[in-house]
Amino acid sequence: MGHYKIFLGMAAGVGKTYRMLQEGHTEAVAGRDVVIGYLEPHERRETSDQARGLEALPRRTVAIRGGATVAEMDLPALLERAPELALIDELAHANPPGLEHDKRYEDIASVLAAGIDVFSTVNVQHLESLNDQVAELTGVRVRETVPDRVLADADEVVLIDLTPEALITRLRAGKIYPTRNIDAALNNFFKIENLAALREVSLRQVAEEVESKRLVHSEAESVGTREEERVSDDTARAVGERLLALVRPQPSAQRLVRRAWRSAQRLGTDLDLLWVKPPALRVEGEVERQVAALRRLASVLGATLLIEEHDDVVAAAARVARERGSTYIMVGEAPPAKGLGRLREPLPQRLMRAASPGVDVRIVANRGTPTDACPPYGNKRRGEGS
Amino acid sequence: MIERVLVAVALLVGLGGGFLLARSRLGRKAPAEPDAVHHILLPFTGTEISRRAVDAALRLARAEDATLMPAYLAEVPKSLPLDCAIPVEANQAMAMLEAIEQRAGTKGVPVDARIERGRTYRHALARLLSEEDFDRVVVSAGATGTHGLSGDDLVWLLERAPAEVMILRPGPEDHRVLVPVARSAQRDGVAV
Repeated sequence: MGHYKIFLGMAAGVGKTYRMLQEGHTEAVAGRDVVIGYLEPHERRETSDQARGLEALPRRTVAIRGGATVAEMDLPALLERAPELALIDELAHANPPGLEHDKRYEDIASVLAAGIDVFSTVNVQHLESLNDQVAELTGVRVRETVPDRVLADADEVVLIDLTPEALITRLRAGKIYPTRNIDAALNNFFKIENLAALREVSLRQVAEEVESKRLVHSEAESVGTREEERVSDDTARAVGERLLALVRPQPSAQRLVRRAWRSAQRLGTDLDLLWVKPPALRVEGEVERQVAALRRLASVLGATLLIEEHDDVVAAAARVARERGSTYIMVGEAPPAKGLGRLREPLPQRLMRAASPGVDVRIVANRGTPTDACPPYGNKRRGEGS
Repeated sequence: MIERVLVAVALLVGLGGGFLLARSRLGRKAPAEPDAVHHILLPFTGTEISRRAVDAALRLARAEDATLMPAYLAEVPKSLPLDCAIPVEANQAMAMLEAIEQRAGTKGVPVDARIERGRTYRHALARLLSEEDFDRVVVSAGATGTHGLSGDDLVWLLERAPAEVMILRPGPEDHRVLVPVARSAQRDGVAV
C-alpha cells in the first residue's frame, strides 16, 4: 500500500502545488522514481517552473457533452508506468463521465492500492463536513467535495499556511490568477474576512486530525507495563474534552447533535445531550415524538441524553456541565429577539458567566426548519414553557 | 402646570409599560401544540442514495408543505445488542443525512432525520414504521443491488406501510448524492 501525503490549504494560491512539486524534487534527488500524474498549473509561472525536471505523464483527452474535450489524468497509463511516487494535483476534482471513477480521490485510492506513494493537494472547503460551514462563512459553495475520511486516512497531512494579507498580496501581484481576473477575485472570494475564517477552519481541522491521530497512536502504543498504560490513559484524559449539547425536542436539534457528535468523534471524547424541560410543559404529541427520536439518536451515537426539569436553562446547564466535567457547551443559534426580549442578554453570554471557568460555549447555526415545535433556548425567559 | 404635565407623562409611561407587559404576558401562554406535520419518509441504506429519489421526495414535500424524513437503516449484527451504539454506521449516516439536509435546505424543505437500527434492513424499516407517522414513503428501486433493500423488501413495504409508497425506477441520469467511501474498503476493492 502506498504512502499518502496531502497538502492542505485554505484557498487557491497558498502554494500547495508548489510545495508538492518541491518535495517531489527532493524525493527525485534522493534517487526515487517520481512522476507527475496530474498537474494543474493554473497559468502560474512559478508552478510551471517548479515542475521542470520532473517526468510528467501525458494527459488523456476525454470527450464530454457537446463534442468538447477535456484533458484528464491518465490513470491506466500511470498504473502501467508504476513509479515509486506519483504527484497528483487537486484530489477533489470530479472526473467526466466514462472514466474509471467519478472522483480523482478514487483514482488516487487505486494508485495507492497499486503500491505507489502519492502526494496530492486539496483546499479545506472541499471537505464534505466543512462544505456547509465554509459556505456559510464565505457565501461561496464548492460543488466538488470529498469525504473527510480521505483526509483522515492519509498518512500525512501538511497544512500550507499563509496569512490572508500575504495571500492577497500574491493575488494582486498576479501570482495566482491572470491580471484580468484579479479584480473579480478580490471582490468575491478573496476578502480578508473570508480568508481569515478559512484559515481558522484549516488550522482547526489539521489540529483536530493531529490530536485524533496522536490519541490513536497513544492507544496503539500502550504496550508497556500496566503502570505505563495507566499513565498513557491519564495523559489522554488530561488533554481530553467533554461536550455538552443543549438540545430541544425538535427537528433542528438533529443538526446540533450532528455537529456536536462530529466534534466529539474528532476529539475522541464523550457527548452529553441536555434538554432542560420547563416544569409546566407536558410531554405529549409532537414533543413526545421528538423526545423519543432524540433518545433513539443518542442511543445510536452512544451519547447520553439528560433531561433536567428546571425553569432556568442557564442554571441547569451550568450545573450539569459542572457535574459532567464538560469543557464545551454547544447551543443552537437563536433567531433575532423580539420585543422586550431584545433587552435580555443572549443565552451564550449567560452560559459563559454561569459555567465554570475554562468552559467554551459554541453556537451552531440553525437552518431554521419551520416545523420546530418550540423556539430555541435563546429567546426564552425564566419560567417560560417551551 | 409643570407638575400636571409631569403627572400626565408619568401616567402615559405607566400605561404604556403596563400595556407592553400585559401583551408580553398574554403572548406567553402555555406552548401551543404544533400543527400536525405531514412527513415523507425516505428510507435508504449504505453510503449511496439515488438523487432521483431525493429530488422526488423533496418535490413532493415542497408541494405538500411536508417535512422530509430521511431515514438511514442500519444493520446490527446478532452478536451485539440491538440497542447498542453504532458509531461507524452513524458516521456514514451523518454524512448522508448532512448531504440530504443541505439539498433540502436549498429547496426550503424542512428535514427531520432518523437513524434506525434492526437485525436486517427490513427489520429496521419495520421498527421505523411502528415508531413514526408519515403520509408517504419514497424509495428507490436502485437500492435493490448487492446491498440495501431487496425486491422482497419493497413488496413487504408495499403491503405493510400505512402510507402511500412511491417506488422510483432508476434512470440513466440517476447519480449518487454522496458516496463517503472508506478508503480501506476501496483498497480491498469492496464496494461500500
